[in-house]
Amino acid sequence: MDLIVDNLELIAFYAFAGLCLASALAVISVRNSVHAALFLVLTFFSAACTWLLARAEFLGIALVLVYVGAVMVLFLFVVMMLDVRTEKLREGFIRYLPVGIVVAVLMLMQMVVLIGVRRMSGIGLADIPGKDFSNTEAVGMKLFTDHVFGFEIAAVILTVAIIAAIALTLRRRAGTKHQDIGEQVRVKASDRVRIVKMPSEGKPEVRQ
Amino acid sequence: MISLAHYLVLGTALFCISVAGIFINRKNVIVLLMAIELMLLAVNVNFIGFSRFLGAIDGQVFVFFILTVAAAESAIGLAILVVLFRNRSTINVAELDDMKG
Repeated sequence: MDLIVDNLELIAFYAFAGLCLASALAVISVRNSVHAALFLVLTFFSAACTWLLARAEFLGIALVLVYVGAVMVLFLFVVMMLDVRTEKLREGFIRYLPVGIVVAVLMLMQMVVLIGVRRMSGIGLADIPGKDFSNTEAVGMKLFTDHVFGFEIAAVILTVAIIAAIALTLRRRAGTKHQDIGEQVRVKASDRVRIVKMPSEGKPEVRQ
Repeated sequence: MISLAHYLVLGTALFCISVAGIFINRKNVIVLLMAIELMLLAVNVNFIGFSRFLGAIDGQVFVFFILTVAAAESAIGLAILVVLFRNRSTINVAELDDMKG
């Protein structure tokens, strides 16, 4: 029992990391794109949990809010909007499966050897900050002092992305009727009313 | 106790899974975009791990920036995808060969 209590953090990490990797595998292998998007939500959520274990609370919550809340909804929206036939898109899946697995496993082995996991596992933790330490406050202090220029650039990038996304998808269909406000405001009386001068016809004769 | 190696291996494994995803889903642009998101997540996991174990908060600031850029990237990517589907009624990568010489 003591062993479990002592290693509670480690057990939680393994659980969340395992869930994260399993759902990442599901993302790349399921047939249905909607299911893939939902598994991606699960991947991000469990990754956010591992970030919380690393005491990056602000970013863990930000990942849930930004990704699970916004980006994944965007993905689901697009996947459901497009009427995609998956059978055609899946051809070649089996053909490329062995290559994909070989490349991934080789890369994994190379990287694990390269970063020297055995050596790394001896590296101790930085001191756990005290109870009154606020991660959000620390990130904010760093962000708005040392990295304020990058923060402003990030804001500009987001604005440009919004404008680009709208400009790309906005379309004017031919034949639809639009109200042109500028045209309406600029209109003059002479454009709308025509005064016609006509000679009067005199007294009409009564015909028998 | 969680060590730095745990986070590095998690990041590496996520990255390799997304590389495999790009290899085996060569036709479906939506899954390719999802694999790119997974790659960015893997990089972020590395940043978080190093930030925690070096006791420096700068890594978390960079994760914040990467999240911003990734959100912008996926918004524009999906917008391009919608326009592509509207014009070609397919998102099959193999059929997008207009610029082939």
